[in-house]
Amino acid sequence: MNRPHRGAAGSRGLGTMEVKTEFRRFSLERSKPGKFEEFYGLLQHVHKIPNVDVLVGYTDIHGDLLPINNDDNYHKAVSTANPLLRIFIQRKEDADYSAFGTDTMTRKKNVLSNVLRPDNHKKKPHIVISMPQDFRPVSSIIDVDILPETHRRVRLYKYGTDKPLGFYIRDGSSVRVTPHGLEKVPGIFISRLVPGGLAQSTGLLAVNDEVLEVNGIEVSGKSLDQVTDMMIANSRNLIITVRPANQRNNVVRNSRTSGSSGQSTESSLPSSTPNILANFLQGEEESDEEDIIIEDSGEPQQIPKAAPTSESLESLTQIELLHESTQNGFLPSSEMNLNHSAGSISMECEVQDPDHKSLEEDGTIITL
Amino acid sequence: MRRFLRPGHDPVRERLKRDLFQFNKTVEHGFPHQPSALGYSPFLRLMAIGTRSGAIKLYGAPGVEFMGLHEENNTVMQIHFIPDQCQLVTLLDDNSLHLWSLKQHSGASELREEHRFTLKGPPGSPPSATQVTAVLPHSSREVLYLGTESGNIFVVELPSFRVLEDRTITSEAVLQRVPEDYSNRRSCELVEALREHPKNPDQILIGYSRGLIVLWDLQNNKATHHFLGSQQLENLYWQRDGSKFISCHYDGSYTQWPVSSDNRQPEPLENLVPYGPFPCKAISKIYWQTTKNGLPYIIFQGGMPRASYGDRHSISVVHGSQQTAFDFTSRVIDFFIIFSSEPTAEFDDPSAMVVLAEEELVVIDLKTAGWPAVHPPYLASLHCSAITCSHHVSNIPLKLWERIISAGSKQNIHYSNMPWPIDGGTNVAPDPPQRDLLLTGHEDGTVRFWDASGVCLHLLYKLSTVRVFLTDADPNDNMNTLGEDEWPPLRKVGTFDPYSDDPRLGIQKIYLCKYSGYLAVAGTAGQVLVMELNDEDAEHVVDHAEADLLQDQEGYRWKGHEKLKTRDGPVRFEAGFQPFVLVQCQPPAVVTSLALHSEWKLVAFGTSHGFGLFDHQQKRLVFVKCTLHPSDQLALEGPLSRVKSLKKSLRQSFRRIRRSRVSSRKRRGGSGNASEVQEANAKFDQDTLQEMELAPVQRKIEARSAEDSFTGFVRTLYFADTFLRDSSRHCPSLWAGTNGGTVYAFCLRVPPAERRMDEPVRAEQAKEIQLMHRAPVVGILVLDGRSTPLPEPLEVAHDLSKSPDMQGSHQLLVVSEEQFKVFTLPKVSSKLKLKLTALEGCRVRKVTVANFGSCKTDDYSENDLAVLTNLGDIQIISLPFLKLQIRYPCIRKEDVSGIASCVFTKYGQGFYLISPSEFERFSLSTKWLVEPRCIVDMPEVTSNNHVHNKSGMENTARKS
Repeated sequence: MNRPHRGAAGSRGLGTMEVKTEFRRFSLERSKPGKFEEFYGLLQHVHKIPNVDVLVGYTDIHGDLLPINNDDNYHKAVSTANPLLRIFIQRKEDADYSAFGTDTMTRKKNVLSNVLRPDNHKKKPHIVISMPQDFRPVSSIIDVDILPETHRRVRLYKYGTDKPLGFYIRDGSSVRVTPHGLEKVPGIFISRLVPGGLAQSTGLLAVNDEVLEVNGIEVSGKSLDQVTDMMIANSRNLIITVRPANQRNNVVRNSRTSGSSGQSTESSLPSSTPNILANFLQGEEESDEEDIIIEDSGEPQQIPKAAPTSESLESLTQIELLHESTQNGFLPSSEMNLNHSAGSISMECEVQDPDHKSLEEDGTIITL
Repeated sequence: MRRFLRPGHDPVRERLKRDLFQFNKTVEHGFPHQPSALGYSPFLRLMAIGTRSGAIKLYGAPGVEFMGLHEENNTVMQIHFIPDQCQLVTLLDDNSLHLWSLKQHSGASELREEHRFTLKGPPGSPPSATQVTAVLPHSSREVLYLGTESGNIFVVELPSFRVLEDRTITSEAVLQRVPEDYSNRRSCELVEALREHPKNPDQILIGYSRGLIVLWDLQNNKATHHFLGSQQLENLYWQRDGSKFISCHYDGSYTQWPVSSDNRQPEPLENLVPYGPFPCKAISKIYWQTTKNGLPYIIFQGGMPRASYGDRHSISVVHGSQQTAFDFTSRVIDFFIIFSSEPTAEFDDPSAMVVLAEEELVVIDLKTAGWPAVHPPYLASLHCSAITCSHHVSNIPLKLWERIISAGSKQNIHYSNMPWPIDGGTNVAPDPPQRDLLLTGHEDGTVRFWDASGVCLHLLYKLSTVRVFLTDADPNDNMNTLGEDEWPPLRKVGTFDPYSDDPRLGIQKIYLCKYSGYLAVAGTAGQVLVMELNDEDAEHVVDHAEADLLQDQEGYRWKGHEKLKTRDGPVRFEAGFQPFVLVQCQPPAVVTSLALHSEWKLVAFGTSHGFGLFDHQQKRLVFVKCTLHPSDQLALEGPLSRVKSLKKSLRQSFRRIRRSRVSSRKRRGGSGNASEVQEANAKFDQDTLQEMELAPVQRKIEARSAEDSFTGFVRTLYFADTFLRDSSRHCPSLWAGTNGGTVYAFCLRVPPAERRMDEPVRAEQAKEIQLMHRAPVVGILVLDGRSTPLPEPLEVAHDLSKSPDMQGSHQLLVVSEEQFKVFTLPKVSSKLKLKLTALEGCRVRKVTVANFGSCKTDDYSENDLAVLTNLGDIQIISLPFLKLQIRYPCIRKEDVSGIASCVFTKYGQGFYLISPSEFERFSLSTKWLVEPRCIVDMPEVTSNNHVHNKSGMENTARKS
């Protein structure tokens, strides 16, 4: 699988009038694409623009211009390249965000014309929205491909304390199909959404949705308090699998015929699902907690985690600050801490994916 | 194929785990909750106690105990040992009879239920016809006589419980020769008492509740004597020679009746109302015991003047001119007398009276002048004042052990020297492996020191902190010593005293250093006392320091209780632990964490406002740190602000209320009433159920934030000598963990011993760790270079532990309610963690390091974490890799107080309260297992006279 790809078409819009375009072609190893940051560095190096912020996009198999700005979509881009991966690079401040998105390519307008002649579109001013990396996601539906259609797995991202998660759960009972016929079994349900809360604002959860799993762990057999504790313990990266009370908005998968609304899937929920999710979570869960250490020297300085050494088990924001005896006078200083851990430890501890997150200012992590 | 094994499923480790860990609930310490019945076998010298929850417990010599549980969980109403047998019969309140036996099995006796039986009448008969009210196991050991509510007496065969219908003694047969006018006035009513003739097993005495007493000849199946009592009967007792018996009555009287062959309908010899002439309460049980000197002991329960002393729980002992009414602290369930059961002995010569009261067991020595109480070796009333906290110290050095015992023996001088009179069975358990102390803190400001080494939890010493403070009540105030009339001659016995005069005295945290004898005790009103063990009485001033934990925080108003007032001037302390310094936290909130370092002579304490460090050598406050979050208003309110303390003056009224409740719960009868109540209850339950369905319980899902209440609450404090600043120099340090998930680390500078008094101890904050999940920090621990937990202070100095490894890098373990996390030191970075709550939905309630030894080899042991969760599960988690080893369900998750009371030992055992008065002991270790193991010898059952001679009272000469 060492088939080399041909690389990128770079373009830089240097203003509305002057357009200067460069093309470069280079190869990447498909099986080991590496990290986005490395790739980004490579692009900057190849184009000799070491200090210029750029947006990176590519055309996917449907011809859409899609952004590359993290490991996930970078890997996706590499894996779908067939065989050529076309990459578009724009200087960030000149970027035309409207070029991105689905249908951008199918609008029968050459993507290049979008990029190279942006003024074509500027007859009516449209709202400029920033790149996905400037947003942070608040929620997503995940694992649609592995869940029964009647279920929905919702991920809520909680940042800081500005917006409450804002929902309540209760005990209840639901009817299940079992080998012995219909049975009433106890279940946990969403009982209330707080107006303005995260849960309500996503629109993905509703009152009377039955909670089936919390972060990959089934709630059946657990008490309301146990489920509450699990949810709160996972509150920074909460993944709830629900069976929506309203089954009309289910995602209908292509492979399914419309006739089967999935009533028989209740009891046949694939047992492998929690494992899949658990695997998926392994890499993700580290994002939820960044303990803060305040030491007796140094200033509160957020230091992004250094280039991952692939052995770090957890990222930590280290804030060094000086204490004058026990008073709270802070003096600036700067010291960086690299996480290190012995290999022998990592053998014994739970297997965790190397941390590959970048850090935002508040120390929390974005994962798209 | 190894790769198919799940990670962590190493077969070698699995085998090792089996050698290390094992879960057993081994023994229940303390006093049974809600006892309901008492039985005694003079033959086995064993006592049996039944409870309202259907448990039955047998006790003999110290260490000899058995427990059984009726499946039905119904109240045990009566217990009767089968004469000369290792068997007993219990009657439950569902009218079922159960036959239990002690059988030897692999070198130890076991209590097992053999048979069960419910008496059934003919179809259509009312349930009262077969409601058993009196049970007489006949000395022949073959039959049981069952008196019923209908007045009929059924005979059932043992052990099969087959009803011998032809031998039923009907009330009609009994009434045949009773004078017309008497029988017209009183129908037989229920059978109140059945007593076998002490000399002639063919005669039994039948007492009916309306007053009629009949001596029944079993051979000829007819009544030989009729005793026409005029008062409602309560109980009967034969005199030893069978020439007389005594009956006691509802009106507080007792009557002596002669039994002779010439008079078939004798008149009473004597009729007496001992506490007359005003109306008296019933005498519910009576003994008449003969002695060599001729003066009998007359011992009876109740009979107090109804109006003025009707609320007392008394048993009176009358011996010639001596008379004492023992006044018990709670309702008397039953009592028995231990007397000479040698058949050859001419007299009873009672030696002891054993009284089962609702809350404690009291034994009175009847041989010693003054009738002093005997200190029971078991069945201690743990709850004589409510337990507020407990602390376990393993492996006490002999020296300290002896000093504590000596201090305790000075407190116990008023107890009798009599050896424990209930001495049946043989304890064959191995000697306890080490000396263990369990310290319990109580609501009344006392700390009790229990010998927890073996099966018998035994009180060694009681420490009171009350003397340091001025309280509303005089410590010597005892409502019985003052103003007690000469008559009746009441004497208060027992220690149960659940009413606290001042809840602020309550003990919240205890820390004992077993090497130095230093003890730190902290209480509800922010008081921290440091004490030293002194073998002599002493009078000295307690130094007093204040720790203002709010520091510069302004705008706060403490709405809780005030601090306790201290006594000025020197205070006299008895031998034992004597306080020498008092640190008073301000505000005087309950002390939530405590740590003592006896080598550095430092004590650290924390409340909901912050924590402080006190140098008890120089008696100087080193520093305080406020942890209060500015928006946390709740922390300012005292937890007791809405609780009123119960003053002694109120006790009587409480007692009355309780008494009336008890008496309204009639033993029998009034069944129509009960069913009505039941119905009402059921309806109420239904209503509440419906209500619940309308408004279901909901739980809010919200991340914890820094603004939550009680984030500043200091949950744990820990001293460690470790690498805090750099990896080359280690230093003393103090660690504190809060409810809000913050860990503070302070670097301490303790002057060397020679300059210890000259230079101050200094402290400097070195680190602060904010756990992002913000769960309460419940444990902090430093592991040395070999990943072994640091030893306790002075442990190394006493050669009881290896010196910690200071070469390799140390690690910090922080246990929150939700996660276990290991960090590196001195640079704090996270190494690994175990997220318990996120995975299982349970929370850590208690955590301790415990050492587990292998049962296979002596040279292997390891340290693990013993963890109790809020679901009542116990988990063992390995160190330092935080791998779950094993999990056992231990406590019901609804049993919140049981979970809160749990305390682990350093060697993988633990205790938790199963009731206010009982500790369940459990063991997680294969090696350290303290459980009763005892033998009760079976008598030779068959027809040899040897048994009969030995067994005495229950003479079995049936064929004679």
